[in-house]
Amino acid sequence: MSTTPSTTPADARIHDIGYRSYEGERLGAMYARRSLLVHSLRGAFGLGRSARAKVLPFGLFAIMCMPAVVMVAVAVTTGLDELPIEYSGYTMFMQPIIGLYIALAAPQMVSLDLRFKTIPLYFSRPIDRSDYVSAKAAALASALFVFSAIPLVIAYAGGLLAELGFTDQTTAFLRGLVVTAIFCVVHAAVALLVASLTPRRGFGVAAIISVLTIPYFAATAIMAVADEQGSTDAVGWLALFSPGTLVEGIEARFFGGEVEFPGEVMPSAAAGAAYLVAAAALTALCYVLLTRRYRKAGL
Amino acid sequence: MPGVSVIETESLTKRYPKVTALDRLTVDIGPGVTGLVGANGAGKSTLIKILLGLAPATEGTARVLGKDSATEGGAIRERVGYMPEHDCLPPDVSATEFVVHMARMSGLPRTAARERTADTLRHVGLYEERYRPMGGYSTGMKQRVKLAQALVHDPRLVLLDEPTNGLDPAGRDEMLGLIRRIHTDFGISVLVTSHLLGELERTSDHIVVVDGGRLLRSQTTASFTEATASLAIEVTDSDAHPDGTGALTAALADRGFAVTAGAGHLVHVEAADEAVYDAVRDAIADLGLGLIRMEQRRHRIAEVFQDAPDAPRAQDTPHALAGQEAAT
Repeated sequence: MSTTPSTTPADARIHDIGYRSYEGERLGAMYARRSLLVHSLRGAFGLGRSARAKVLPFGLFAIMCMPAVVMVAVAVTTGLDELPIEYSGYTMFMQPIIGLYIALAAPQMVSLDLRFKTIPLYFSRPIDRSDYVSAKAAALASALFVFSAIPLVIAYAGGLLAELGFTDQTTAFLRGLVVTAIFCVVHAAVALLVASLTPRRGFGVAAIISVLTIPYFAATAIMAVADEQGSTDAVGWLALFSPGTLVEGIEARFFGGEVEFPGEVMPSAAAGAAYLVAAAALTALCYVLLTRRYRKAGL
Repeated sequence: MPGVSVIETESLTKRYPKVTALDRLTVDIGPGVTGLVGANGAGKSTLIKILLGLAPATEGTARVLGKDSATEGGAIRERVGYMPEHDCLPPDVSATEFVVHMARMSGLPRTAARERTADTLRHVGLYEERYRPMGGYSTGMKQRVKLAQALVHDPRLVLLDEPTNGLDPAGRDEMLGLIRRIHTDFGISVLVTSHLLGELERTSDHIVVVDGGRLLRSQTTASFTEATASLAIEVTDSDAHPDGTGALTAALADRGFAVTAGAGHLVHVEAADEAVYDAVRDAIADLGLGLIRMEQRRHRIAEVFQDAPDAPRAQDTPHALAGQEAAT
């Protein structure tokens, strides 16, 4: 029984090397967290997984980039003096596509670990709960940012190519990046929390789409009603009630975007400040709830 | 460093709102293979959680590899491997990719993680199939991958939670052999849990038995099983001796052997030396009985539960009371 089980002579020769212990360096929790971030970020685009896992992320990404490419082509060939869509507006305009991608990427990031009970393997290693949550949240936010900022880069490159004015383009582009970053951080936190509540990926996808769209349309509808009834002030405040309108409000108020709310009245300064506070509070709340959720998901 | 404790607990207690999972558990476990035996709910998993620094103890202390599990959990987990009882493998990645990822999660740099993964998978007996997605693996192969991820960072101690669960007898033997090698060939100490007592006495140097969160016994495997070598004998009845078992008992007692009645119609005889076999044969032949079986019998670890009367039952009562209190 002590002989090597079922090996051919060739294998047995390899076996004779014996066990080698590891005396090299151990890089600890910080390194493990960074590795988890990179691993999850790659996973969000299906890298390191099967070919089938790459189809949807890259398909959506192609759709995401298409308007930017068309815009650039038009600008270059017809000699427009500005791009048809502002950089910061691009992200808002493409919200449905980004939303679909979030609904795809967030469950991929956390549901699988829950469903296949891989979590205990992570938590029996140097990283702890907060390392895991922060790595996953950072990975999802980064994935969203890569997904939605690359079209902006394409548009910016095209804008420079079409000689639309370096200073104008650069300021608008940087503003667009900041708005996109805010959008990504807020939405990543919300989506990750929703995704972490179910080990079933399908439920996760459906739940995230509902959480992102239902409040958005509800808020927009109520804003339209408020506008009809002439309370234009209330419109701005109602934007607080969904993550999507929240970021749209921030974009309009602080980054010179066009007001897309019903009535197209610029939200008041107080409402603007409230947007920032609400965005920060929502992100923080989701993060705290996420950390708490993993307290029970241990061994 | 022989004689140094690998795991040391002192009055370790863990109370949940309704249950006392560990009750003043004090054990001192040295290097080697240690079997942690207990029925389901005996506190084995709770103990592992506390040892890894993932749950605080209500009272008492635990030290693993000389480090305090309450304050140095991260440092402990860097040098300890853990193999969970349940499935924990994503089906769509290969064993190699998965174990490399887990090695990096333990802090190994990229190249070291790759080398160690190849080595470790080979040691646990996974060859060409390691490049295939794990969804298609047999239970035995999955158990090997789970073991590999616990060993990949060359820990000084591995905690194996029910590693033979779900394996067929052949797979079980292979896994037990592997566990033995983890200590003898790899030099890694092992704490292995099981509710199947028999398999641990073949694998372990030391056995710790817990029940209801309390320590029943902690001693070397040899002292569990060496105590008495005895023979179990079963005979037929005959017309001359309607009670064959009784007649044999009397006949053997007459010849000066220590005889006890076993379960059913078994007769146990202390087998001090080879002469016993002849004496038993002669006694049965003289009586004209038929010999159904005669086998060597060792005390099984299972008997420690019988040796500790009422231990499980005494524990039930406070649980039930606590449950009622919580319900009202």
